[in-house]
Amino acid sequence: MSISIRFDGDELQGRDGATIAGVLLANGQRTWRDAQGAERGIFCGIGICQDCILTVNGVEGVRACQRPACDGDVIERETSA
Amino acid sequence: MTRVIVIGAGPAGLAAAASASAAGADVVLVDEGERVGGQFWRHHPDFTDPRLQHQLGRFGTLRAALGSVRMLSSTSVWRVENFPLRVHVLTGPTDAANRQGETLEADAIVVATGAHDRVLPVPGWTLPGVTSAGAAQALAKRDALTLGERTVVAGAGPFLLPVAQSIAILGGEVAEVVEAASISTIVRGWGAKAWQLTAAAGKAGELGSYVASLAQHRTPYRFGSAVTRIHGSDAVEAVTVQRIDPQWRPIAGTERTVECDSVALGHGFTPRLETAIQFGCEISSTRFVTVDSQQQTSVAGVYAAGEITGIGGADAALAEGEIAGLAAAGIPGADLRYRSPLAARRRMRAFAARLDVHGIRPGWTAWLDDDTIVCRCESVRKASIDEYAGVSSRGMRLATRAGLGACQGRTCGRSVEDIVGACQPGQGSDSRPVFDNRPVLSSVRIGELAALSDLAAPPSPASTPTTVADTPTTDSAGGS
Ligand SMILES: Cc1cc2nc3c(=O)[nH]c(=O)nc-3n(C[C@H](O)[C@H](O)[C@H](O)COP(=O)(O)OP(=O)(O)OC[C@H]3O[C@@H](n4cnc5c(N)ncnc54)[C@H](O)[C@@H]3O)c2cc1C
Ligand code: FES
Repeated sequence: MSISIRFDGDELQGRDGATIAGVLLANGQRTWRDAQGAERGIFCGIGICQDCILTVNGVEGVRACQRPACDGDVIERETSA
Repeated sequence: MTRVIVIGAGPAGLAAAASASAAGADVVLVDEGERVGGQFWRHHPDFTDPRLQHQLGRFGTLRAALGSVRMLSSTSVWRVENFPLRVHVLTGPTDAANRQGETLEADAIVVATGAHDRVLPVPGWTLPGVTSAGAAQALAKRDALTLGERTVVAGAGPFLLPVAQSIAILGGEVAEVVEAASISTIVRGWGAKAWQLTAAAGKAGELGSYVASLAQHRTPYRFGSAVTRIHGSDAVEAVTVQRIDPQWRPIAGTERTVECDSVALGHGFTPRLETAIQFGCEISSTRFVTVDSQQQTSVAGVYAAGEITGIGGADAALAEGEIAGLAAAGIPGADLRYRSPLAARRRMRAFAARLDVHGIRPGWTAWLDDDTIVCRCESVRKASIDEYAGVSSRGMRLATRAGLGACQGRTCGRSVEDIVGACQPGQGSDSRPVFDNRPVLSSVRIGELAALSDLAAPPSPASTPTTVADTPTTDSAGGS
């Protein structure tokens, strides 16, 4: 089964049951956050480092490696000043 | 009926829940993951390649034994209390804004919160494409993905083996496995009886499969070496692999460049102590939870099992969990049910003691530049840590912001301690300030805390939405 999510306006297809990080990575997107001018994505993979956070359906600070993706999720990048 | 709460559903927690339940206790098992299994049995029913899973029979038996256990998945423990023993939890999708709160009471608690990768900083380690070794393993098991096409797996310890194997099984190329311990150190440490010891610990089959996989893919395995620099402008393009001395100082003139698009780094594991610290459990000088022969901590009614009491692998965690579960259920020490897990724990401890040969040596700080980021969250560079090496851990945090970011020092804490130690020669490791000590258990939103108004007052406010404490609510225990 396939799901579709929006990432910064683009529609991405993913497998039902994958994590948000899994869907982004499977779509060739290795980073999704700007930390003081440097790109970051997944680092610890188990919810410890918080490097992978993004905004999901308007809620900030969601760890992409821990959150299962749901059909219709709207995902946005975050910038930490 | 004795009420037991088990925190963590990895091998240790599953074994504890199963044995406590079989001994007649009323058991609640709590884990923040979507499914039971912890790090060792991380899986997804549709995605996980069965070749990446070990001891599935044991996993099946444990899951079947959870029949009468109340299982709370996707549930984070965010606060615990003694006298009476209480566990405050939030249930719902990870980092969602309105998870459901609940307070559980128990007669005994088993803390089995496991460990996470220890990753030593290296110039370039914040580039996209660099992950922890555990992340590579978790991605492989949970999402059936490899991060890149050509990966260098580097660090120390036997965990690099399953990581390399998983990447290869999923079709990724492993350019090299780079192990810091030298072959002579490994032979001396494991001794001539290495194979016997491995066989006694039941590890021979698993080890054999990793070695066969490396041979089949002709993966080079380098000993006494480290990745001392990661190159790339926007993402990983190559690494420098260098020989290191027994103290892990890079040896000049031995540099080689290895092209790759991803790097998996793991220099061992560090325990997730937050829950045990909040219960007030005694922590040893080597920074593990202190337990007695029945896995009881220094706090009455609180037991600890698995990697939080020492890094020994899944089998050690299973044995300790079984003992802790029986003890938490009130089974006296002379009972025959302890016999088999006690024997397994003895065997596994002998095996785990040998892992010391892969232990981090202080010379690693010599591969850092002044500019290398040490604290990833706050982008704090090594030069700033050096500058404040003489101040207390609290002073260090406030002056540099190291450890004050969203992860609260989980990633950088131990590294900062090592760098400070290197700046203060002559001090034993025990007299260094303790930087890796977190009062905050897990990410909670202020809104969620407000909704739980019947619970205790929240810690200090956050400037990021995902963590409660942006400033330390207490100074670290050993702050000098
Ligand atoms: C990322 C990673 C991958 C690993 N993969 C392997 C592998 O493939 N093979 C191998 O042999 N070893 C692996 N290990 C080593 C592994 O840690 C152990 O061998 C084994 O899983 C330890 O068992 P445990 O029960 O002590 O802890 P874990 O398996 O780590 O289980 C701890 C559990 O506690 C839960 N938890 C922690 N804090 C909270 C909280 N506040 N609230 C709720 N739940 C909480 C976690 O979600 C986790 O499920 C891995 C380690 C890591 C860090
Ligand atoms: S990658 Fe570390 S929290 Fe998600």
